[in-house]
Amino acid sequence: MAGSEADAARALARDRRARVLQALGLTAPLLVFLAFTFLIPIGALLMRAVENPEVARALPATVAVLDSWDTVSAPPDGAYRAFADDLLAMAEPADAGGLARRLNSELPGARSLVMGAFRQRESFATLDAPAAKAAFLALDERWQQPELWRVIARNGSRWTPDYLLASVDRRRDATGDVVAVPEEQAVFVRILLRTLGIGATVTLVCLVLAYPLAWWLSTLPVRKANRLLILVLVPFWTSVLVRVAAWIVLLQSEGLVNRALAGLGWIDRPLELLFNRTGVIIAMVHILLPFMILPLYSVMKGIPRDYQRAAVSLGSHPLGAFVRVFVPQTLPGVTAGVLLVFILAIGYYVTPALLGGPADQMLSSSVAQYANVELNWGMACALGAVLLTATLVLYGVYRRFATGEGLTA
Amino acid sequence: MASDPSSVLVRFAGVAKTYDGTTFAVRDLDLDVRHGEFLTLLGPSGSGKTTTLMMLAGFEAPSTGDILLDGRSIRATPAHRRNFGMVFQSYALFPHLSVGDNVAYPLNVRGVSGQERRDRVARALAMVRLEGYQTRRPSQLSGGQQQRVALARALVFEPTLVLMDEPLGALDKQLREHMQIELKALHRQLGITFVYVTHDQGEALTLSDRVAVFQDGALQQVAPVDRLYEAPANRFVAGFVGDATFLEGRLVSRHSGAVELELPGGWRLRGVDGDLGDAPPGTDVVAVVRPERIAFTSEPAGENALSATVEDVIYFGDHLRARCAIDGQAVATVKVPLGPRPPVGGAVSLHLPAEHLRIYR
Repeated sequence: MAGSEADAARALARDRRARVLQALGLTAPLLVFLAFTFLIPIGALLMRAVENPEVARALPATVAVLDSWDTVSAPPDGAYRAFADDLLAMAEPADAGGLARRLNSELPGARSLVMGAFRQRESFATLDAPAAKAAFLALDERWQQPELWRVIARNGSRWTPDYLLASVDRRRDATGDVVAVPEEQAVFVRILLRTLGIGATVTLVCLVLAYPLAWWLSTLPVRKANRLLILVLVPFWTSVLVRVAAWIVLLQSEGLVNRALAGLGWIDRPLELLFNRTGVIIAMVHILLPFMILPLYSVMKGIPRDYQRAAVSLGSHPLGAFVRVFVPQTLPGVTAGVLLVFILAIGYYVTPALLGGPADQMLSSSVAQYANVELNWGMACALGAVLLTATLVLYGVYRRFATGEGLTA
Repeated sequence: MASDPSSVLVRFAGVAKTYDGTTFAVRDLDLDVRHGEFLTLLGPSGSGKTTTLMMLAGFEAPSTGDILLDGRSIRATPAHRRNFGMVFQSYALFPHLSVGDNVAYPLNVRGVSGQERRDRVARALAMVRLEGYQTRRPSQLSGGQQQRVALARALVFEPTLVLMDEPLGALDKQLREHMQIELKALHRQLGITFVYVTHDQGEALTLSDRVAVFQDGALQQVAPVDRLYEAPANRFVAGFVGDATFLEGRLVSRHSGAVELELPGGWRLRGVDGDLGDAPPGTDVVAVVRPERIAFTSEPAGENALSATVEDVIYFGDHLRARCAIDGQAVATVKVPLGPRPPVGGAVSLHLPAEHLRIYR
């Protein structure tokens, strides 16, 4: 008896193992794909947002010396000597270039200092510490300013919170406390709020436009609804750029929309529809509307008409039945659509860049600016991390909604 | 029951419904629903029974004719003002509300609140034996329990009329039979008028006081269940309600209700006039007889006797059914009490009593 039970348990375990292996085998290609295209890039992005390798790699001796410095008094002579040693240890000019660019991003002018010293490095080879200091000062007076050495000391560790702090308009002051950046330099919080604001506006407009349409579609016979759904999907057949170009044609001062309105006598002079918030929102709603319609439609199609009929037969006015019985059942679709559109909207870059003015640029344009123009990958990745965090927070809220409503059954 | 049981609650007067102007889902419908009765609308799918119910509920408007409630037209009364409880095959319990809130829904709509609402919800749930289920979600209940909640919800506001659209259609057989008994008990206990739609003739016979049989949009017969079974108005009703054997033949003669017909094999049978009207001799007719009215006989030459061959014997638990082949006819089904089985392949003689053999066009 016991033997056969053990056999059965073994057979069961073998069976389960086979099924797990089968599942792994079937999903492995996708998992590998995802790992290389999604998980690793995102991990790298998050790493870059806190990584700060240039100073630590280029100036190991200098950083070691500055470790015991109080950051307020004059930098110790030994630091000059160590800096010279670090310069001498560099294999090629590119190492110095990376260091120079990094220091320059925090202290304008540091680039020429570093490159100047690098070119003269052979002359420092045999000098002792005070002589080294004198040689540096002879090269440029600015070598004695403590700020330069503070920048080196602050960036001496391989990891830094500075990029992330900067992406929410915070910085570390001389003593290492986190403080708000001066008002005139604070940009990212404003851009983040603008991004969320545009995302929210676009999402709301999409919801208001999509809900009645999706409801109407869901009341149609399936064949007819499918034909009309193709029209909903047509925008997906053309590239975003083409659609944006089309909107420029339509919305410009002498464009179709303004001419039509003027022709109808509704306006005296052309409306400003382009290169401002209005144009951005019109185009984004157009592009994102299908992402709202489709989840709403699929949820609404699954709600039998009987519910509303039942509510009416129980004495509800048809409108009351709609609000009290139909609308609550569409909430999963509403949350899905809202989430989808909002998350896609806050990542928009091309549309605001082409249709908006300078005051309509979203966080992605800052990311592009840092990645493509300033080559500051740390800032680009930190801003990306901020967007990612906003998205994850939203998703968390959605999960709370979706499960808290008890609508999973 | 406050009102006279035989008085009319609802009257369909010349009602017709068409969706496209040419084909009629319901035509020439004159039908009375009496106070306190359990009336079933029975018919195959597409027969017009559901359309009739939807017109009564107010979800469809009659194309012509009128529907009267206590003598007053309700054509212009919208569905939510008719005060009819309705139960759907899909239950249609609101999934985002608890069982208690579902049952309270019609009371909320009517402005009933506080203690009275709580009491009435509790009473309605007790009536369908679901006390203590108030806080559950509909999805946590079994099919039968959900149907009971739907019933409680349709009854809690004391409607004038309760409409049911195949409410037991989604349940398995045992549960369905159990629910039939409960429904019937509930009807007796409450005295409310029920109008019930089904395509299941067995269910119609079990539940109803009267049954209205529909086919192709036309009302075929309205009658108490026993009349419907014993004296179907036409060939369709005879075939749709209960089992029956159909014998095709030719009308020979008619004398004041007693009809004689001849089968192709030369047998002559006497029977009762079903719906012959003024059909002349020589008309093609069918003779219809129920399985329990046919008997084996030892007199092959006796009156209304036929010879047949036993093709098959089927065991039904409480009785047997012999399928007997008659020359040139469909197979006849004979209900046989338990006991020695007729031998399969053996020749038998069947006696078809004239008073139970009904002749239809």
